[in-house]
Amino acid sequence: MTYIVKPKNHHPLLERNNLGLTRRDYEGAVSTLCAGCGHDSISSAIVEACFQLSIESYKVAKLSGIGCSSKAPAYFLNQSHGFNSVHGRMPSIATGAAMANHELLYLGISGDGDSASIGIGQFVHCARRQLNMTYIVENNGTYGLTKGQFSATNDLESKSKYGDDNLFPSIDLPSMAIQLGASFVARSFSGDKDQLVPLLKAALSHKGFSFLDIISPCVTFNNHNTSTKSYDYIREHNDSLSRPDFVPSGKEIVTEYKTGTSIDVPLHDGSLLSLEKLSENYDPTDKIKAIQNIQESQRDGKVLTGLLYADPDAKDLRDILNVSDKPLNEMDRKELCPGSEKLEGINAGLK
Amino acid sequence: MNKINSINDFVIKFANVNGSGSASANQMFAKGVFRSGIPVSPKNIFPSNIQGLPTWFEVRVNEKGYLGRRDGIDIFVAMNPQSYQNDVSELKENGYLIYDSSWKRDFGRDDINIIEIPLTELCVKEFTNPKQRLLFKNLGYVGLLASILKMDKDIYVSLIEEQFRGKEKLIEPNVKALNIGYNYAEENFKDFCEIQVEKSNKTDGLILTSGNDAAGLGCVYGGATVCAWYPITPSTSLAESYSKYSEQLRVEIGTDKNKVAFIQAEDELAAMGMTIGANWNGARAFTATSGPGVSLMSEFIGLAYFAEVPTVLFNVQRGGPSTGMPTRTQQSDILCSAYASHGDTKHVLLIPSDPKECFDFAVEAFDLADRLQTPVIVLLDLDLGMNDWSTKEFEWDDSREYDRGKVLSRDDLDEIERFGRYLDVDGDGIPYRTYPGTHPEKGAYFTRGTSHDEYAGYTEDGTKNAEMLSRLLKKFQTASSLVPAPVFNQEKNTSSMGIIYFGSTDCAMQEALDNLQEQNIKIDAMRLRAFPFNLEVWEFIEDHDLLFIVEQNRDGQMRTLLMAEGGIIPDKLVSILCFDGQPITAEHITNKINAHLSGKPVMAAS
Repeated sequence: MTYIVKPKNHHPLLERNNLGLTRRDYEGAVSTLCAGCGHDSISSAIVEACFQLSIESYKVAKLSGIGCSSKAPAYFLNQSHGFNSVHGRMPSIATGAAMANHELLYLGISGDGDSASIGIGQFVHCARRQLNMTYIVENNGTYGLTKGQFSATNDLESKSKYGDDNLFPSIDLPSMAIQLGASFVARSFSGDKDQLVPLLKAALSHKGFSFLDIISPCVTFNNHNTSTKSYDYIREHNDSLSRPDFVPSGKEIVTEYKTGTSIDVPLHDGSLLSLEKLSENYDPTDKIKAIQNIQESQRDGKVLTGLLYADPDAKDLRDILNVSDKPLNEMDRKELCPGSEKLEGINAGLK
Repeated sequence: MNKINSINDFVIKFANVNGSGSASANQMFAKGVFRSGIPVSPKNIFPSNIQGLPTWFEVRVNEKGYLGRRDGIDIFVAMNPQSYQNDVSELKENGYLIYDSSWKRDFGRDDINIIEIPLTELCVKEFTNPKQRLLFKNLGYVGLLASILKMDKDIYVSLIEEQFRGKEKLIEPNVKALNIGYNYAEENFKDFCEIQVEKSNKTDGLILTSGNDAAGLGCVYGGATVCAWYPITPSTSLAESYSKYSEQLRVEIGTDKNKVAFIQAEDELAAMGMTIGANWNGARAFTATSGPGVSLMSEFIGLAYFAEVPTVLFNVQRGGPSTGMPTRTQQSDILCSAYASHGDTKHVLLIPSDPKECFDFAVEAFDLADRLQTPVIVLLDLDLGMNDWSTKEFEWDDSREYDRGKVLSRDDLDEIERFGRYLDVDGDGIPYRTYPGTHPEKGAYFTRGTSHDEYAGYTEDGTKNAEMLSRLLKKFQTASSLVPAPVFNQEKNTSSMGIIYFGSTDCAMQEALDNLQEQNIKIDAMRLRAFPFNLEVWEFIEDHDLLFIVEQNRDGQMRTLLMAEGGIIPDKLVSILCFDGQPITAEHITNKINAHLSGKPVMAAS
């Protein structure tokens, strides 16, 4: 995870957000990923989303596992604490961290090897527990750092750069996430910033487990003409479910789309996600339909993108465990230690 | 017929069928003796099974306070025909056998005293509910024991009343069951038994509890707010104790919300990950596990070591290797705990010897982990963790503050020109850390398990990495002055021979040392309480020509650790080992020492 610090000079005319910050303030170190890597586009979409939402970087914890994707947190939000953990175990680190202080925003960056293979157990249980976090899989269908082995999200008919056949069917993480209880599930494409930024903004604003599967072609190992995760393949097969437009709360909701073709999905923080529906009957709050849609597209050789499922009223792990409103890491000895008098009572009960 | 005759000094063993409700009755018997003022050490010897297999419960009653296991059974309550044959053979000559004579049996021994009680017949006569007929046999023999040992029956009546407080309906039938046995014995075995329990005051200042229960409570007192764990015998009851005490002591007044997050993880890897994540973010968090769990957690332990994240792990050791003997005791995770994970790693170990110390060391573990920013592993074992011990009352000093270590606040950061997460500012090898969300512009850093420089930046510069590894070693040296010092049996060394021991061996050792003294064998003794070893440990070794290292494992793991860390010559350290899954006995220790001193080899297991 080599990195180069970027110069800090800002052009005086750069656009500023509600906090008076520019996009540059949300950037990270210079990426050392391959030129053209989809992951870098995702990093810049995260920068854009955080800028637009006027998020305070230092109130974000960015967490990752191991792999190319997991390097990415170094390349955005310089003022956030980062935790590059061990392979496939980002969800457990995030769970512990979020229990210690629920007031931060938890942004997990994972990859297809990290989440669909070695860490699938943690991915599953993190979704099931409905941890309040945004969980991104930068999905390129390959193991990049170890030079191009197939990952579990690669399609059956796909070939490796070296011409080998992929022998096993792919795991579809969004379908799994929906089944497991994730309350916000979307899929996008690293090359489609117009779709990705609003989805990211919505995911970051959603309370509960927000899952984003972002197809992110690997320019080095998985961008050839037999790959189903290449730039060309995705552009040709992208079946966009909806064109989302995220409207932060407090602003009038303006939509240029025709009545009857858009649906507003209220998010827990009061903001709304407005969707342009390409499919007339698509309702993103219907769990069963969502899974059916994904599978139908898959059957037709298409990659369904957009907001696949959202439950705006979902509970999160802290609600379920009924944990105090005051962050646990802010409680001091007086609040935590029961003291000697109580201990005498306990002693008496053990006689 | 001769009869064993003793007052307040005997071993009683119960043989039952697992899942028949016997454990709570046996526990009640032990507690009754404890309430009579005599220290007891009940030990549940159970199979890895829910229902049906043989299970045993052994209680040593000893007014002198010797609580180690002792071979030879004085009274056997044999309630399981499956195991009659072996059970009866364990009974000492002139001992007492109690059995359910609803089905009469000839045990083929004419050197024991048999107490027959038709428990099944009596319970069938007195109760109609089939479940009660079975369950109340247990209380029936407790009643019988109260009578033949000349105990105050009211103690048991009070115990029943306490147990069923809130379920008053159950008190009457339970007392009835107790009386069935008691009255039967009063009528048929009055003055038969020459072992007696006589009221004493030797439990003043003592409580009866397990190490797991105490450690769980210690975590509440030590300020832990996050517990992530995965069920595994024998550590499960530690996490459950924390949860139980949290429900009593950690609920916010007014909101009824919990000042804890208690999470049953999907496996031990996740349990450790959550613990590290919470500690990283400034909450005190811990996990508890046993043998296989430590293996699974090892990768994460290495991360916490290298990224310098405070972490507390309780390892309640069981019989290994592999799945081993999940329900038997051993001290066989010393090395895998001390050096858990790949690469050059070393971890702080705390080794309590009784439940009181489990409580104290739980509290201490959080202070040390925060101070040292490293994993601290508290090593219990099944015997200490799951069995009730007569132990000193818990104490708490209300003026005690938590030591959160070197954590920079927002104001601190304002004063600093450039924050370096891994800079050794104070020369003790311990850097400063920040919690996420502290300061808008300063103090953010990247936590990683890859090689890094003082500013937490990734580096592949080998020299830098070597510097970092050396600083971690320096930190470990600092740790050796902070961890609990050893406990010595003597004020001043008087012998050229010494004994080194640790953990749950303590209770057997106290008795062994008294026995050796009676045999006029002069020997000094030191109880290790922590790793890294303090200066006092090396001085004690230096001061003696021959040292017996007493441990409950096959390979002499503590001996290996002493040799590896201190360069001690092997010839000087003689292992005394016990690894049959049963707690070590004083007799075993003295026999092995005597054998060595008389020139016989010492290596055999038991």
